[in-house]
Amino acid sequence: MRRFLLSLGLVLGLCATGARADLDPAALKGLASDDFDAKQAAITGLAATGDADAERVLKALADDALAVAGGRVVITAGGQVLDAASGAAIKPAPANPESIGLNNALRQQVDGALAALRLFSADRAERLAAAKLLLADMGDGAALLPILDKAVKAEADGEIKTILAQLHAQARLTSPDAAVRLAAVQTLGESASPAVKALLLPLIEKQGDAYLETDDKVRYAAQTAIKSIEGRLAWSETAGQIFTGVSLGSILLLAALGLAITYGVMGVINMAHGELLMIGAYSAYAMQTLFRASFPDFVDYYLVAAVPVAFFVAALVGMAMERTVIRHLYGRPLETLLATWGLSLVLIQAARLLFGAQNVEVANPVWMSGGVQIAENLSLPWNRLVIVAFSGFVLLLVWLMMNKTRLGMFVRAVTQNRPMAGCVGVPTARIDTLAFGIGSGIAGLGGVALSQIANVGPDMGTGYIVDSFMVVVLGGVGQLAGAVWAALGLGVVSKFLEGWAGAVIAKILVLVFIIIFIQKRPQGLFALKGRFVEN
Amino acid sequence: MQNRRSFIKAAVLSASIAAIGAMSSTAYAADTIKVGILHSLSGTMAISETALKETALMTIDEINAKGGVLGKKLEPVVVDPASDWPKFAEKARQLLSQDKVAVTFGCWTSVSRKSVLPVYKELNGLLFYPVQYEGEELEKNVFYTGAAPNQQAIPAVEYLMSKEGGSAKRFVLLGTDYVYPRTTNKILRAFLKSKGVAEADIMEEYTPFGHSDYQTIIAKIKKFAAEGKKTAVISTINGDSNVPFYKELGNAGLKAKDVPVVAFSVGEEELRGVDAKPLVGHLAAWNYFMSVKNPENDKFIKMYRDWAKKAKLPKADTVVTNDPMEATYVGIHMWAQAVEKAKSTDTDKVIAAMAGQTFNAPSGFTLKMDETNHHLHKPVFIGEIKADGQFNTVWKTKGPIRAQPWSPFIPGNESKQKL
Repeated sequence: MRRFLLSLGLVLGLCATGARADLDPAALKGLASDDFDAKQAAITGLAATGDADAERVLKALADDALAVAGGRVVITAGGQVLDAASGAAIKPAPANPESIGLNNALRQQVDGALAALRLFSADRAERLAAAKLLLADMGDGAALLPILDKAVKAEADGEIKTILAQLHAQARLTSPDAAVRLAAVQTLGESASPAVKALLLPLIEKQGDAYLETDDKVRYAAQTAIKSIEGRLAWSETAGQIFTGVSLGSILLLAALGLAITYGVMGVINMAHGELLMIGAYSAYAMQTLFRASFPDFVDYYLVAAVPVAFFVAALVGMAMERTVIRHLYGRPLETLLATWGLSLVLIQAARLLFGAQNVEVANPVWMSGGVQIAENLSLPWNRLVIVAFSGFVLLLVWLMMNKTRLGMFVRAVTQNRPMAGCVGVPTARIDTLAFGIGSGIAGLGGVALSQIANVGPDMGTGYIVDSFMVVVLGGVGQLAGAVWAALGLGVVSKFLEGWAGAVIAKILVLVFIIIFIQKRPQGLFALKGRFVEN
Repeated sequence: MQNRRSFIKAAVLSASIAAIGAMSSTAYAADTIKVGILHSLSGTMAISETALKETALMTIDEINAKGGVLGKKLEPVVVDPASDWPKFAEKARQLLSQDKVAVTFGCWTSVSRKSVLPVYKELNGLLFYPVQYEGEELEKNVFYTGAAPNQQAIPAVEYLMSKEGGSAKRFVLLGTDYVYPRTTNKILRAFLKSKGVAEADIMEEYTPFGHSDYQTIIAKIKKFAAEGKKTAVISTINGDSNVPFYKELGNAGLKAKDVPVVAFSVGEEELRGVDAKPLVGHLAAWNYFMSVKNPENDKFIKMYRDWAKKAKLPKADTVVTNDPMEATYVGIHMWAQAVEKAKSTDTDKVIAAMAGQTFNAPSGFTLKMDETNHHLHKPVFIGEIKADGQFNTVWKTKGPIRAQPWSPFIPGNESKQKL
């Protein structure tokens, strides 16, 4: 890397005066070599010519457009085949150009060479991108110092100048002059980047008994700088951990919210709850397939359509379950448990028959891919952010439904005192069906969210049934607020445990904790106060 | 009197049952040889194993089209153990004692192989296992057509440590929690130590089967990588957990240039289920890639594409081939050759005839079954993922390497190096 950067330094000196001439085809041949060192040397050599032609070839190489055809190196561009050395189109186009591949090390080298060439571009955006790329990829880059000296002086834009100043400091870390090193370390101490910390670490490392860095002052400054960078990194690390916990919690909540109604409020032990999640996820898949086939322009918005579809499909299946099986078993929890477990097997098999035993692919829409960078070492993925917001939205809906609508009032009345509710004219049987349908529909919504982060397959539900019951039981049966706190608590606790003890142990610890908790407090976190009249 | 009558009754009954049994078995034995296929067609491993079932059926079809083996047609018996390890043993017993198969092609995870082993030993069956695994095993009844650690894991790590591979100095060993990743990582840890990598520069992490929340682990990897020196991740994650893992990796912005991930269980088939663009540059080590160019491979790919259309597989126009599929293909052909040589499907005779069998494989090399250790000599390829889900070979061995099922990096194996 360093040797290459050194030659780059030379190059950039030359490139100002560089006379424009065709590239040497023999030198280009090296790019097509099978030998790694020859390829690396060829790229270095190419960068060393430093003119626009070289940049064009390097760019083609980075874009995977460079190929070998008929014994010479060519650039394939939009159906045309250009000679790499001269840039002229070859006619007729040679058949079967064989693409020249890069591996990671070479790709990094090519990107670095291109970025260094672009530091002097007239376009501000291009310079900024180049500077950022070098900051991320350069390492110590001492050999880049002459170019950076020049670039820092030439740069007028404030933002780019800040980045270049940091690059400049990084490059001076290995300077033979202790005073220069000290100044560099002090500049870098202002940073909040893990990459900078990695650069400073060797300064305080010991080899045998002697420190690698001989100057005490520099070493001391490096130590302080590392401490202050770590301090800045620490909060974002904790913030990241809390976010992953909240994100897991929101998923648990979505999975469990439907159950909080069917089990928590109505008291039906519904072992087929996981399969209602699965139905929701498959609805998302079906909508994606439909949009891909019929509305390819709007394929990014299939999820918006999937939300109501999943709700109604899952609600219909739930109501059918209630009407045909569960209503005959009210007040007989053990029979309900067995019957719904049987239903879950039926639903799994039905999904296998309809969609096949293999997992299906549900893609994140473009607006849910990637992440938003909060700090140098903290980026929050969009799909998780959207799911957190979505669970808040669903929670709000459920709360409104239960507390602000006539139906919600009836549901609460029936679950608190069924005979009395019947006496005052509430159609209890219909309310049961509707409430069960709503609980199932919400499970369907949970399934849509799950389809964005987990695998969608016939048995996906079985993995969530335990988690869902855990949340509802821990939160306290009959309580929506309890489910919210339990889901978030479980999410954050299990993520912190995972960070500390690994995923396998964390799962065990969480289960042990719940067993102990339920023994000490069987009513859950929040218990209904007052008269809870049920049998 | 009473006794005699019941005896006669019983004798007649059993004789007639035996006759029916003999009739049906002779009816089959006359023109077919039964071949068992034991792969999960549902559950967490279905993503990988379903394609192997299809490859086996295709290869059997190909052999039958050329007249079968010993003049008899092969008759596949497909069972689905549903990614459930005890069920593998149950289904294996059914294949051997009920269906009387001459040979079984099957298993993916090491835990499934370990669970069927006692059955094959007890009933003296024959199993061809087509997937790379951790070694530390050598059974008379099993032929291993996948790679041993020195044919996949060790060369991959050597590549990462080379200048060409980015001179990695720190390693994250990440896997699913079962025997293959645990043992492979034990071997790799010993190997890394022998190369002078310090204990503090190795991080080991495991997740349960079917794990789908990789946030914490990716955050940990990021933090580990930020502590200086070039870091690489060695992934032995198996099954459909790979999809959320790579999704999270892409969303978290961890690029292959900074922290390359080399996977031992991710091939073309697994990448079909993900958007490969964020994964460009991440690596996999195998003994075959679909992108390898040679006439044998062209033939193999075309044959599978035609098969997919004929069998009406889902998304038949985008089917891919991968390493365990090639290993299945090679295994079935070698078994057929061995049966022809032994002129019998008897387990012991076939085992003897397998030694030294060669086959011109789609990887472009002539593979040989080792004379003594039941493993294939295989070439090693290292490829980087391309945006279309295929691999670009960045490094390969000059020729096939002999397997070391007993890794020299595990203490106690010194005396077994000749095997």
